[in-house]
Amino acid sequence: MYLKIDHVDKTFQRGSQRTEVLRGITLDIEKGEYVSIIGHSGCGKSTLLNIVAGLTNATNGGIILEGRQVDEPGPDRAVVFQNHSLLPWLTVYDNVRLAVDKVFWKTKSRAERDAWTLHNLDLVQMVHAKDKRPAEISGGMKQRVGIARALAMEPKVLLLDEPFGALDALTRAHLQDSVMALHQKLGNTVMMITHDVDEAVLLSDRIVMMTNGPAATIGDVLEVPLAHPRKRLELVSDPAYIKCRAAVLKFLYERHRYVEAA
Amino acid sequence: MNMTVAKKKLTGEVVSLPQPAGAETVVQLPVTGRPVLKKLGAFALTAATNIVPPMIVIALLLGIWELLCSNSGATLPPPSTVWNDTKELIFDPFFDRGGIDKGLFWHLSASLQRVALGYAMAAAAGIALGTLVGQSTWAMRGLDPIFQVLRTVPPLAWLPLSLAAFRQGQPAAIFVIFITSIWPIIINTAVGIRNIPQDYRNVALVLKLNPLEYFYKIMVPSAAPYIFTGLRIGIGLSWLAIVAAEMLIGGVGIGFFIWDAWNSSHISEIILSLIYVGIVGFVLDRVVVAVSSIVTRGTAKA
Ligand SMILES: Nc1ncnc2c1ncn2[C@@H]1O[C@H](COP(=O)(O)OP(=O)(O)OP(=O)(O)O)[C@@H](O)[C@H]1O
Ligand SMILES: [Mg+2]
Repeated sequence: MYLKIDHVDKTFQRGSQRTEVLRGITLDIEKGEYVSIIGHSGCGKSTLLNIVAGLTNATNGGIILEGRQVDEPGPDRAVVFQNHSLLPWLTVYDNVRLAVDKVFWKTKSRAERDAWTLHNLDLVQMVHAKDKRPAEISGGMKQRVGIARALAMEPKVLLLDEPFGALDALTRAHLQDSVMALHQKLGNTVMMITHDVDEAVLLSDRIVMMTNGPAATIGDVLEVPLAHPRKRLELVSDPAYIKCRAAVLKFLYERHRYVEAA
Repeated sequence: MNMTVAKKKLTGEVVSLPQPAGAETVVQLPVTGRPVLKKLGAFALTAATNIVPPMIVIALLLGIWELLCSNSGATLPPPSTVWNDTKELIFDPFFDRGGIDKGLFWHLSASLQRVALGYAMAAAAGIALGTLVGQSTWAMRGLDPIFQVLRTVPPLAWLPLSLAAFRQGQPAAIFVIFITSIWPIIINTAVGIRNIPQDYRNVALVLKLNPLEYFYKIMVPSAAPYIFTGLRIGIGLSWLAIVAAEMLIGGVGIGFFIWDAWNSSHISEIILSLIYVGIVGFVLDRVVVAVSSIVTRGTAKA
Protein backbone atom coordinates (compact mmCIF):
# COMPACT_ATOMS: atom_id res chain seq x y z
CA MET A 1 0.00 0.00 0.00
CA TYR A 2 1.03 3.54 -0.79
CA LEU A 3 -0.34 5.87 1.86
CA LYS A 4 -1.30 4.53 5.26
CA ILE A 5 -3.13 6.43 7.98
CA ASP A 6 -2.24 4.30 10.97
CA HIS A 7 -4.34 4.38 14.14
CA VAL A 8 -4.50 8.14 14.28
CA ASP A 9 -5.96 9.82 17.37
CA LYS A 10 -6.16 13.54 17.81
CA THR A 11 -6.98 15.39 20.99
CA PHE A 12 -6.78 19.15 21.17
CA GLN A 13 -5.79 20.47 24.53
CA ARG A 14 -5.92 24.01 25.72
CA GLY A 15 -5.33 24.46 29.41
CA SER A 16 -7.52 21.95 31.18
CA GLN A 17 -9.93 21.74 28.27
CA ARG A 18 -9.51 18.60 26.17
CA THR A 19 -11.39 17.94 22.94
CA GLU A 20 -11.03 14.48 21.49
CA VAL A 21 -11.63 15.00 17.78
CA LEU A 22 -10.43 11.81 16.10
CA ARG A 23 -10.16 8.30 17.47
CA GLY A 24 -8.57 5.28 15.86
CA ILE A 25 -8.55 6.34 12.22
CA THR A 26 -6.95 3.69 10.02
CA LEU A 27 -7.06 3.89 6.24
CA ASP A 28 -4.95 2.48 3.41
CA ILE A 29 -4.86 4.31 0.11
CA GLU A 30 -3.47 2.74 -3.07
CA LYS A 31 -1.31 4.56 -5.56
CA GLY A 32 -3.45 6.41 -8.10
CA GLU A 33 -6.58 6.01 -6.04
CA TYR A 34 -9.10 8.82 -5.60
CA VAL A 35 -10.50 8.75 -2.07
CA SER A 36 -13.13 11.12 -0.69
CA ILE A 37 -13.77 11.78 2.95
CA ILE A 38 -17.31 12.80 3.74
CA GLY A 39 -18.89 13.65 7.08
CA HIS A 40 -20.88 16.28 8.87
CA SER A 41 -19.46 19.68 9.61
CA GLY A 42 -17.07 19.77 12.54
CA CYS A 43 -16.46 16.02 12.68
CA GLY A 44 -12.73 16.45 12.06
CA LYS A 45 -12.24 16.06 8.31
CA SER A 46 -9.94 19.05 8.01
CA THR A 47 -8.06 17.92 11.08
CA LEU A 48 -7.46 14.54 9.45
CA LEU A 49 -6.30 16.14 6.20
CA ASN A 50 -3.99 18.46 8.09
CA ILE A 51 -2.49 15.49 9.89
CA VAL A 52 -1.80 13.78 6.56
CA ALA A 53 -0.34 17.04 5.24
CA GLY A 54 1.85 17.30 8.34
CA LEU A 55 0.42 20.69 9.28
CA THR A 56 -1.01 19.20 12.49
CA ASN A 57 0.57 16.44 14.53
CA ALA A 58 -1.42 13.38 15.54
CA THR A 59 -1.69 12.69 19.26
CA ASN A 60 -1.20 8.97 18.62
CA GLY A 61 -0.47 6.99 15.49
CA GLY A 62 1.00 8.35 12.31
CA ILE A 63 1.12 8.64 8.55
CA ILE A 64 3.20 6.34 6.41
CA LEU A 65 3.91 7.32 2.82
CA GLU A 66 5.77 4.82 0.63
CA GLY A 67 6.92 2.93 3.68
CA ARG A 68 8.27 5.96 5.49
CA GLN A 69 6.69 7.83 8.34
CA VAL A 70 6.01 11.50 7.64
CA ASP A 71 5.37 13.99 10.41
CA GLU A 72 6.13 17.34 8.87
CA PRO A 73 4.70 19.16 5.85
CA GLY A 74 6.38 18.93 2.49
CA PRO A 75 5.74 19.31 -1.23
CA ASP A 76 5.27 15.54 -1.61
CA ARG A 77 1.82 16.09 -0.08
CA ALA A 78 0.54 19.19 -1.84
CA VAL A 79 -2.58 20.77 -0.42
CA VAL A 80 -5.31 22.65 -2.27
CA PHE A 81 -6.89 24.73 0.47
CA GLN A 82 -10.56 25.51 0.67
CA ASN A 83 -9.97 29.23 0.24
CA HIS A 84 -7.32 28.87 -2.48
CA SER A 85 -4.68 30.72 -0.35
CA LEU A 86 -2.84 32.19 -3.28
CA LEU A 87 -0.40 34.91 -2.31
CA PRO A 88 -2.15 38.13 -3.35
CA TRP A 89 1.04 40.05 -4.04
CA LEU A 90 2.19 37.55 -6.67
CA THR A 91 0.77 37.10 -10.15
CA VAL A 92 -0.87 33.82 -11.12
CA TYR A 93 2.35 32.78 -12.84
CA ASP A 94 4.52 33.74 -9.88
CA ASN A 95 2.30 31.86 -7.44
CA VAL A 96 2.87 28.65 -9.37
CA ARG A 97 6.47 29.53 -10.15
CA LEU A 98 7.25 29.95 -6.43
CA ALA A 99 6.29 26.31 -5.88
CA VAL A 100 8.11 25.15 -9.01
CA ASP A 101 11.28 27.02 -8.04
CA LYS A 102 11.20 25.61 -4.57
CA VAL A 103 10.67 21.98 -5.61
CA PHE A 104 12.79 21.83 -8.77
CA TRP A 105 15.59 24.35 -8.10
CA LYS A 106 18.13 21.57 -8.26
CA THR A 107 16.73 19.32 -10.93
CA LYS A 108 15.41 21.72 -13.56
CA SER A 109 17.04 24.66 -15.36
CA ARG A 110 15.45 28.10 -15.39
CA ALA A 111 13.95 27.57 -18.80
CA GLU A 112 12.61 24.17 -17.81
CA ARG A 113 11.01 25.62 -14.68
CA ASP A 114 9.38 28.34 -16.76
CA ALA A 115 8.05 25.75 -19.21
CA TRP A 116 6.84 23.53 -16.35
CA THR A 117 5.01 26.44 -14.73
CA LEU A 118 3.28 27.26 -18.00
CA HIS A 119 2.52 23.59 -18.63
CA ASN A 120 0.71 23.31 -15.31
CA LEU A 121 -1.19 26.53 -15.87
CA ASP A 122 -2.18 25.10 -19.22
CA LEU A 123 -3.52 21.94 -17.56
CA VAL A 124 -6.09 24.08 -15.75
CA GLN A 125 -6.53 26.47 -18.70
CA MET A 126 -5.20 29.49 -16.90
CA VAL A 127 -2.29 30.54 -19.13
CA HIS A 128 -4.34 33.45 -20.48
CA ALA A 129 -4.45 35.04 -17.01
CA LYS A 130 -0.88 34.31 -16.00
CA ASP A 131 0.03 37.94 -15.43
CA LYS A 132 -3.04 38.78 -13.38
CA ARG A 133 -3.06 38.98 -9.63
CA PRO A 134 -5.42 36.81 -7.57
CA ALA A 135 -7.64 39.80 -6.80
CA GLU A 136 -8.27 40.23 -10.51
CA ILE A 137 -9.60 36.74 -11.28
CA SER A 138 -12.77 34.92 -10.29
CA GLY A 139 -13.17 32.43 -7.44
CA GLY A 140 -13.21 29.46 -9.79
CA MET A 141 -10.08 30.69 -11.54
CA LYS A 142 -8.30 31.09 -8.21
CA GLN A 143 -9.16 27.54 -7.30
CA ARG A 144 -7.76 26.40 -10.67
CA VAL A 145 -4.52 28.19 -9.99
CA GLY A 146 -4.42 26.56 -6.55
CA ILE A 147 -4.77 23.20 -8.24
CA ALA A 148 -2.08 24.06 -10.79
CA ARG A 149 0.24 25.08 -7.97
CA ALA A 150 -0.35 21.78 -6.19
CA LEU A 151 0.03 19.71 -9.38
CA ALA A 152 3.22 21.55 -10.29
CA MET A 153 4.92 20.18 -7.19
CA GLU A 154 4.47 16.68 -8.62
CA PRO A 155 3.22 15.50 -5.25
CA LYS A 156 2.98 11.85 -4.27
CA VAL A 157 -0.42 12.63 -2.78
CA LEU A 158 -2.73 15.49 -3.66
CA LEU A 159 -4.79 16.68 -0.70
CA LEU A 160 -7.95 18.64 -1.44
CA ASP A 161 -9.84 20.28 1.42
CA GLU A 162 -13.31 21.08 0.08
CA PRO A 163 -11.71 22.49 -3.05
CA PHE A 164 -15.02 23.53 -4.60
CA GLY A 165 -16.83 24.48 -1.43
CA ALA A 166 -16.84 28.19 -2.06
CA LEU A 167 -18.02 28.01 -5.66
CA ASP A 168 -21.40 28.27 -7.35
CA ALA A 169 -22.96 25.09 -8.76
CA LEU A 170 -22.02 25.69 -12.40
CA THR A 171 -18.40 26.55 -11.75
CA ARG A 172 -18.28 23.67 -9.36
CA ALA A 173 -19.46 21.16 -11.95
CA HIS A 174 -17.01 22.57 -14.45
CA LEU A 175 -14.08 22.25 -12.05
CA GLN A 176 -15.12 18.76 -11.01
CA ASP A 177 -14.93 17.76 -14.67
CA SER A 178 -11.46 19.31 -14.93
CA VAL A 179 -10.24 17.49 -11.85
CA MET A 180 -11.68 14.23 -13.15
CA ALA A 181 -9.91 14.71 -16.47
CA LEU A 182 -6.65 15.57 -14.74
CA HIS A 183 -6.86 12.51 -12.53
CA GLN A 184 -7.53 10.38 -15.59
CA LYS A 185 -4.55 11.89 -17.36
CA LEU A 186 -1.98 12.10 -14.56
CA GLY A 187 -3.08 9.27 -12.27
CA ASN A 188 -2.34 11.12 -9.02
CA THR A 189 -3.20 9.72 -5.65
CA VAL A 190 -5.88 12.02 -4.29
CA MET A 191 -7.50 12.47 -0.92
CA MET A 192 -10.40 14.89 -1.06
CA ILE A 193 -12.66 16.25 1.64
CA THR A 194 -16.18 17.11 0.70
CA HIS A 195 -19.63 17.84 2.02
CA ASP A 196 -21.28 16.99 -1.23
CA VAL A 197 -22.64 13.49 -1.83
CA ASP A 198 -22.83 13.81 -5.62
CA GLU A 199 -19.33 15.16 -5.80
CA ALA A 200 -18.04 12.26 -3.72
CA VAL A 201 -19.74 9.61 -5.86
CA LEU A 202 -18.85 11.26 -9.14
CA LEU A 203 -15.13 11.63 -8.46
CA SER A 204 -14.05 8.87 -6.09
CA ASP A 205 -12.95 5.28 -6.26
CA ARG A 206 -13.76 4.98 -2.59
CA ILE A 207 -15.78 7.09 -0.18
CA VAL A 208 -14.78 7.19 3.46
CA MET A 209 -17.69 8.16 5.68
CA MET A 210 -16.91 9.59 9.08
CA THR A 211 -19.08 9.39 12.15
CA ASN A 212 -19.98 12.50 14.09
CA GLY A 213 -17.62 13.98 16.61
CA PRO A 214 -16.48 14.15 19.28
CA ALA A 215 -14.05 11.28 18.88
CA ALA A 216 -15.06 10.75 15.26
CA THR A 217 -13.90 7.67 13.46
CA ILE A 218 -14.44 5.94 10.13
CA GLY A 219 -18.01 4.68 10.06
CA ASP A 220 -17.99 2.96 6.71
CA VAL A 221 -16.04 2.78 3.47
CA LEU A 222 -17.90 2.55 0.19
CA GLU A 223 -16.36 1.29 -3.06
CA VAL A 224 -17.69 3.10 -6.11
CA PRO A 225 -17.83 0.47 -8.86
CA LEU A 226 -18.05 2.90 -11.76
CA ALA A 227 -15.61 2.80 -14.67
CA HIS A 228 -13.57 5.86 -15.67
CA PRO A 229 -13.99 8.14 -17.48
CA ARG A 230 -17.32 9.03 -15.97
CA LYS A 231 -19.89 11.25 -17.60
CA ARG A 232 -22.00 13.36 -15.31
CA LEU A 233 -25.15 13.14 -17.41
CA GLU A 234 -24.99 9.42 -18.12
CA LEU A 235 -24.48 8.63 -14.46
CA VAL A 236 -27.74 10.17 -13.35
CA SER A 237 -29.64 7.09 -14.49
CA ASP A 238 -26.91 4.53 -13.78
CA PRO A 239 -28.14 2.00 -11.19
CA ALA A 240 -24.68 1.66 -9.56
CA TYR A 241 -24.46 5.41 -9.20
CA ILE A 242 -27.93 5.63 -7.70
CA LYS A 243 -27.10 2.85 -5.26
CA CYS A 244 -23.88 4.51 -4.09
CA ARG A 245 -25.58 7.82 -3.70
CA ALA A 246 -28.35 6.26 -1.65
CA ALA A 247 -25.84 4.44 0.55
CA VAL A 248 -23.97 7.64 1.38
CA LEU A 249 -27.15 9.60 2.00
CA LYS A 250 -28.41 6.85 4.22
CA PHE A 251 -25.23 6.85 6.24
CA LEU A 252 -25.25 10.60 6.67
CA TYR A 253 -28.91 11.21 7.32
CA GLU A 254 -30.09 8.02 9.03
CA ARG A 255 -27.27 6.33 10.82
CA HIS A 256 -25.23 9.39 11.74
CA ARG A 257 -27.54 12.32 11.72
CA TYR A 258 -26.02 15.66 12.41
CA VAL A 259 -26.49 16.34 16.09
CA GLU A 260 -26.58 19.90 17.29
CA ALA A 261 -23.99 20.77 19.93
CA ALA A 262 -22.17 17.49 19.52
CA MET B 1 -21.20 66.13 -13.31
CA ASN B 2 -18.36 66.80 -10.99
CA MET B 3 -15.43 64.43 -10.94
CA THR B 4 -14.80 64.30 -7.19
CA VAL B 5 -18.39 63.32 -6.68
CA ALA B 6 -18.03 60.46 -9.14
CA LYS B 7 -14.89 59.26 -7.38
CA LYS B 8 -16.52 59.35 -3.97
CA LYS B 9 -19.45 57.33 -5.20
CA LEU B 10 -17.14 54.78 -6.68
CA THR B 11 -14.98 54.29 -3.62
CA GLY B 12 -18.00 54.51 -1.37
CA GLU B 13 -19.12 51.10 -2.55
CA VAL B 14 -15.95 49.35 -1.49
CA VAL B 15 -15.50 51.07 1.86
CA SER B 16 -13.95 48.15 3.68
CA LEU B 17 -11.52 47.28 0.92
CA PRO B 18 -8.22 49.02 0.40
CA GLN B 19 -8.56 51.03 -2.76
CA PRO B 20 -7.22 48.99 -5.67
CA ALA B 21 -4.45 50.61 -7.66
CA GLY B 22 -5.81 52.43 -10.63
CA ALA B 23 -9.28 52.95 -9.23
CA GLU B 24 -9.07 56.53 -10.38
CA THR B 25 -8.72 55.51 -13.98
CA VAL B 26 -12.16 53.91 -13.82
CA VAL B 27 -13.72 57.34 -13.73
CA GLN B 28 -14.76 58.19 -17.25
CA LEU B 29 -15.67 61.67 -18.19
CA PRO B 30 -18.52 62.24 -20.58
CA VAL B 31 -16.45 64.55 -22.73
CA THR B 32 -16.90 64.18 -26.47
CA GLY B 33 -14.49 65.33 -29.12
CA ARG B 34 -11.00 64.37 -30.19
CA PRO B 35 -9.00 62.21 -27.72
CA VAL B 36 -6.31 64.81 -27.12
CA LEU B 37 -8.88 67.42 -26.33
CA LYS B 38 -10.65 64.93 -24.10
CA LYS B 39 -7.46 64.31 -22.17
CA LEU B 40 -6.73 67.99 -21.87
CA GLY B 41 -10.26 68.61 -20.72
CA ALA B 42 -10.01 65.85 -18.11
CA PHE B 43 -6.70 67.23 -16.88
CA ALA B 44 -8.04 70.73 -16.63
CA LEU B 45 -11.07 69.49 -14.74
CA THR B 46 -8.94 67.52 -12.26
CA ALA B 47 -6.74 70.54 -11.73
CA ALA B 48 -9.74 72.75 -11.30
CA THR B 49 -11.50 70.50 -8.80
CA ASN B 50 -8.36 69.95 -6.74
CA ILE B 51 -6.79 73.38 -6.82
CA VAL B 52 -9.57 75.91 -7.07
CA PRO B 53 -11.40 75.16 -3.78
CA PRO B 54 -8.33 75.41 -1.50
CA MET B 55 -7.26 78.54 -3.36
CA ILE B 56 -10.59 80.18 -2.63
CA VAL B 57 -10.44 79.19 1.03
CA ILE B 58 -6.86 80.45 1.37
CA ALA B 59 -7.78 83.76 -0.23
CA LEU B 60 -10.72 84.11 2.15
CA LEU B 61 -8.63 83.30 5.22
CA LEU B 62 -5.90 85.73 4.16
CA GLY B 63 -8.55 88.40 3.74
CA ILE B 64 -9.96 87.82 7.23
CA TRP B 65 -6.47 87.75 8.72
CA GLU B 66 -5.58 90.99 6.94
CA LEU B 67 -8.73 92.64 8.29
CA LEU B 68 -8.21 91.41 11.84
CA CYS B 69 -4.55 92.39 12.11
CA SER B 70 -4.43 95.68 10.19
CA ASN B 71 -5.49 97.94 13.06
CA SER B 72 -2.64 99.43 15.07
CA GLY B 73 -3.31 97.47 18.29
CA ALA B 74 -2.83 94.05 16.67
CA THR B 75 -0.15 91.82 18.19
CA LEU B 76 0.45 89.82 15.03
CA PRO B 77 1.39 91.19 11.61
CA PRO B 78 -1.14 90.96 8.76
CA PRO B 79 -0.22 88.91 5.67
CA SER B 80 0.89 91.97 3.73
CA THR B 81 3.46 92.81 6.42
CA VAL B 82 4.59 89.21 6.59
CA TRP B 83 5.13 89.26 2.85
CA ASN B 84 7.11 92.52 2.95
CA ASP B 85 9.22 91.37 5.90
CA THR B 86 10.09 87.97 4.52
CA LYS B 87 10.35 88.64 0.80
CA GLU B 88 14.12 88.43 1.00
CA LEU B 89 14.03 85.11 2.84
CA ILE B 90 11.58 83.70 0.33
CA PHE B 91 13.46 84.77 -2.77
CA ASP B 92 16.94 84.02 -1.48
CA PRO B 93 16.82 80.80 0.50
CA PHE B 94 20.44 79.93 -0.31
CA PHE B 95 22.48 82.73 1.29
CA ASP B 96 25.10 81.76 3.83
CA ARG B 97 26.75 84.46 5.95
CA GLY B 98 28.40 82.00 8.29
CA GLY B 99 27.28 80.78 11.71
CA ILE B 100 23.55 80.42 11.91
CA ASP B 101 22.90 83.35 9.59
CA LYS B 102 21.85 81.19 6.66
CA GLY B 103 18.97 80.97 4.20
CA LEU B 104 15.89 78.92 5.00
CA PHE B 105 17.01 76.20 2.60
CA TRP B 106 20.02 75.46 4.80
CA HIS B 107 17.94 75.40 7.98
CA LEU B 108 15.37 73.08 6.47
CA SER B 109 17.97 70.81 4.95
CA ALA B 110 19.80 70.58 8.31
CA SER B 111 16.55 69.55 9.99
CA LEU B 112 15.76 67.12 7.20
CA GLN B 113 19.18 65.51 7.52
CA ARG B 114 18.63 64.91 11.22
CA VAL B 115 15.21 63.49 10.54
CA ALA B 116 16.53 61.32 7.72
CA LEU B 117 19.22 59.82 9.93
CA GLY B 118 17.07 59.28 13.01
CA TYR B 119 14.13 58.03 11.00
CA ALA B 120 16.21 55.63 8.90
CA MET B 121 17.64 54.08 12.05
CA ALA B 122 14.18 53.92 13.61
CA ALA B 123 12.78 52.24 10.50
CA ALA B 124 15.52 49.61 10.41
CA ALA B 125 15.47 48.91 14.15
CA GLY B 126 11.68 49.21 14.38
CA ILE B 127 10.99 46.69 11.61
CA ALA B 128 13.55 44.28 13.09
CA LEU B 129 12.18 44.57 16.63
CA GLY B 130 8.59 44.49 15.41
CA THR B 131 9.31 41.30 13.49
CA LEU B 132 10.81 39.76 16.62
CA VAL B 133 7.87 40.77 18.79
CA GLY B 134 5.33 39.65 16.19
CA GLN B 135 7.07 36.36 15.58
CA SER B 136 7.87 35.16 19.08
CA THR B 137 5.34 34.89 21.86
CA TRP B 138 8.06 35.16 24.47
CA ALA B 139 9.57 38.29 22.98
CA MET B 140 6.09 39.76 22.89
CA ARG B 141 5.36 38.91 26.51
CA GLY B 142 8.68 40.37 27.59
CA LEU B 143 8.91 43.44 25.40
CA ASP B 144 5.39 44.55 24.66
CA PRO B 145 4.61 46.00 28.14
CA ILE B 146 7.87 47.92 28.06
CA PHE B 147 7.10 49.31 24.59
CA GLN B 148 3.63 50.28 25.65
CA VAL B 149 4.99 52.33 28.54
CA LEU B 150 7.93 53.87 26.71
CA ARG B 151 5.90 54.95 23.70
CA THR B 152 3.85 57.31 25.86
CA VAL B 153 6.94 59.26 26.95
CA PRO B 154 6.78 62.62 25.14
CA PRO B 155 9.66 63.15 22.69
CA LEU B 156 11.14 66.14 24.47
CA ALA B 157 11.31 64.27 27.75
CA TRP B 158 14.03 62.15 26.16
CA LEU B 159 16.14 65.16 25.23
CA PRO B 160 17.85 65.88 28.57
CA LEU B 161 18.74 62.21 28.97
CA SER B 162 19.91 62.09 25.40
CA LEU B 163 22.07 65.21 25.90
CA ALA B 164 23.52 63.69 29.03
CA ALA B 165 24.40 60.53 27.18
CA PHE B 166 25.79 62.04 23.95
CA ARG B 167 27.03 65.40 25.29
CA GLN B 168 26.41 66.99 21.88
CA GLY B 169 23.39 68.56 20.26
CA GLN B 170 23.57 66.75 16.92
CA PRO B 171 23.50 63.11 18.07
CA ALA B 172 21.10 64.01 20.88
CA ALA B 173 18.58 65.43 18.39
CA ILE B 174 18.96 62.43 16.11
CA PHE B 175 18.38 60.13 19.05
CA VAL B 176 15.20 62.00 19.96
CA ILE B 177 13.93 61.50 16.40
CA PHE B 178 14.86 57.85 16.60
CA ILE B 179 13.16 57.21 19.91
CA THR B 180 10.07 59.19 18.90
CA SER B 181 9.40 57.46 15.64
CA ILE B 182 10.41 53.91 16.51
CA TRP B 183 7.34 52.96 18.60
CA PRO B 184 4.64 53.12 15.97
CA ILE B 185 6.95 51.28 13.58
CA ILE B 186 7.61 48.48 16.08
CA ILE B 187 3.99 48.14 17.13
CA ASN B 188 2.51 48.19 13.62
CA THR B 189 5.12 45.80 12.28
CA ALA B 190 4.39 43.40 15.14
CA VAL B 191 0.66 43.57 14.45
CA GLY B 192 1.29 42.98 10.75
CA ILE B 193 3.47 39.94 11.46
CA ARG B 194 0.98 38.53 13.94
CA ASN B 195 -1.82 38.99 11.40
CA ILE B 196 -0.19 36.95 8.66
CA PRO B 197 -3.04 34.60 7.75
CA GLN B 198 -2.59 30.97 8.71
CA ASP B 199 -3.15 30.14 5.03
CA TYR B 200 0.05 31.85 4.00
CA ARG B 201 1.94 30.14 6.80
CA ASN B 202 0.54 26.81 5.61
CA VAL B 203 1.65 27.53 2.05
CA ALA B 204 5.12 28.29 3.35
CA LEU B 205 5.12 25.07 5.37
CA VAL B 206 4.00 22.88 2.46
CA LEU B 207 6.61 24.49 0.21
CA LYS B 208 9.23 24.13 2.95
CA LEU B 209 10.40 27.73 2.65
CA ASN B 210 13.48 28.33 4.79
CA PRO B 211 13.41 31.16 7.35
CA LEU B 212 15.07 33.62 4.99
CA GLU B 213 12.67 32.83 2.13
CA TYR B 214 9.78 32.99 4.57
CA PHE B 215 10.94 36.40 5.69
CA TYR B 216 11.10 38.07 2.30
CA LYS B 217 8.55 36.02 0.33
CA ILE B 218 5.73 35.85 2.90
CA MET B 219 6.36 37.97 5.97
CA VAL B 220 7.45 41.26 4.40
CA PRO B 221 4.83 41.41 1.63
CA SER B 222 2.06 40.25 3.91
CA ALA B 223 2.89 42.73 6.67
CA ALA B 224 3.83 45.57 4.31
CA PRO B 225 0.56 47.51 4.63
CA TYR B 226 0.91 47.49 8.43
CA ILE B 227 4.61 48.33 8.31
CA PHE B 228 3.87 51.32 6.11
CA THR B 229 1.16 52.53 8.45
CA GLY B 230 3.80 52.55 11.18
CA LEU B 231 6.33 54.25 8.93
CA ARG B 232 3.80 56.93 8.05
CA ILE B 233 2.93 57.69 11.66
CA GLY B 234 6.66 57.62 12.41
CA ILE B 235 7.63 60.22 9.82
CA GLY B 236 4.92 62.55 11.11
CA LEU B 237 6.13 62.18 14.68
CA SER B 238 9.77 62.75 13.76
CA TRP B 239 8.93 65.99 12.01
CA LEU B 240 6.92 67.06 15.03
CA ALA B 241 9.80 66.27 17.34
CA ILE B 242 12.64 67.79 15.35
CA VAL B 243 11.30 71.33 15.51
CA ALA B 244 10.89 71.18 19.28
CA ALA B 245 14.23 69.48 19.81
CA GLU B 246 16.09 72.02 17.69
CA MET B 247 14.63 74.90 19.65
CA LEU B 248 16.46 73.52 22.65
CA ILE B 249 19.75 72.36 21.16
CA GLY B 250 20.37 75.39 18.92
CA GLY B 251 22.58 75.44 15.83
CA VAL B 252 21.40 75.34 12.24
CA GLY B 253 17.88 74.00 11.82
CA ILE B 254 14.37 75.22 11.27
CA GLY B 255 13.47 74.74 14.94
CA PHE B 256 16.20 77.00 16.15
CA PHE B 257 15.49 79.45 13.36
CA ILE B 258 11.97 79.86 14.76
CA TRP B 259 13.29 80.25 18.28
CA ASP B 260 15.86 82.78 17.14
CA ALA B 261 13.18 84.74 15.27
CA TRP B 262 11.09 84.83 18.44
CA ASN B 263 14.04 86.07 20.49
CA SER B 264 14.63 88.87 18.01
CA SER B 265 10.87 89.57 17.69
CA HIS B 266 10.73 88.76 13.96
CA ILE B 267 7.17 87.51 14.06
CA SER B 268 6.87 87.50 10.27
CA GLU B 269 9.79 85.10 10.02
CA ILE B 270 8.09 82.77 12.48
CA ILE B 271 4.97 82.75 10.36
CA LEU B 272 6.94 82.04 7.20
CA SER B 273 8.78 79.19 8.96
CA LEU B 274 5.53 77.66 10.11
CA ILE B 275 4.30 77.60 6.55
CA TYR B 276 7.50 75.91 5.42
CA VAL B 277 7.40 73.38 8.27
CA GLY B 278 3.84 72.52 7.34
CA ILE B 279 4.65 72.10 3.66
CA VAL B 280 7.72 69.97 4.32
CA GLY B 281 5.79 67.78 6.78
CA PHE B 282 3.07 67.33 4.17
CA VAL B 283 5.60 66.41 1.49
CA LEU B 284 7.31 63.89 3.80
CA ASP B 285 3.98 62.23 4.47
CA ARG B 286 3.16 62.10 0.75
CA VAL B 287 6.56 60.57 -0.01
CA VAL B 288 5.96 57.73 2.45
CA VAL B 289 2.46 57.21 1.06
CA ALA B 290 3.82 57.13 -2.50
CA VAL B 291 6.55 54.61 -1.63
CA SER B 292 3.97 52.57 0.25
CA SER B 293 1.53 52.45 -2.64
CA ILE B 294 4.30 51.31 -4.98
CA VAL B 295 5.61 48.65 -2.62
CA THR B 296 2.27 47.30 -1.39
CA ARG B 297 0.71 47.23 -4.84
CA GLY B 298 -1.29 43.99 -4.92
CA THR B 299 -1.02 43.12 -1.25
CA ALA B 300 -4.68 43.97 -0.85
CA LYS B 301 -6.67 40.91 0.09
CA ALA B 302 -7.50 38.72 -2.85
N1 LIG C 1 -6.79 24.09 16.97
C1 LIG C 1 -7.89 23.55 17.55
N2 LIG C 1 -8.06 23.56 18.89
C2 LIG C 1 -9.14 23.01 19.45
N3 LIG C 1 -10.13 22.41 18.78
C3 LIG C 1 -10.04 22.36 17.45
C4 LIG C 1 -8.92 22.93 16.75
N4 LIG C 1 -9.08 22.73 15.43
C5 LIG C 1 -10.26 22.07 15.30
N5 LIG C 1 -10.82 21.85 16.51
C6 LIG C 1 -12.10 21.14 16.76
O1 LIG C 1 -12.04 19.93 16.07
C7 LIG C 1 -13.29 19.63 15.50
C8 LIG C 1 -13.10 19.25 14.06
O2 LIG C 1 -12.70 20.38 13.30
P1 LIG C 1 -12.44 20.30 11.74
O3 LIG C 1 -12.06 21.64 11.27
O4 LIG C 1 -11.48 19.20 11.47
O5 LIG C 1 -13.90 19.91 11.22
P2 LIG C 1 -14.37 19.64 9.74
O6 LIG C 1 -14.90 18.26 9.71
O7 LIG C 1 -13.31 19.98 8.76
O8 LIG C 1 -15.57 20.63 9.62
P3 LIG C 1 -16.06 21.44 8.33
O9 LIG C 1 -16.73 20.45 7.47
O10 LIG C 1 -17.02 22.43 8.90
O11 LIG C 1 -14.86 22.06 7.71
C9 LIG C 1 -14.18 20.83 15.72
O12 LIG C 1 -15.12 20.51 16.71
C10 LIG C 1 -13.27 21.92 16.17
O13 LIG C 1 -13.91 22.67 17.16
MG1 LIG D 1 -13.02 21.59 7.30
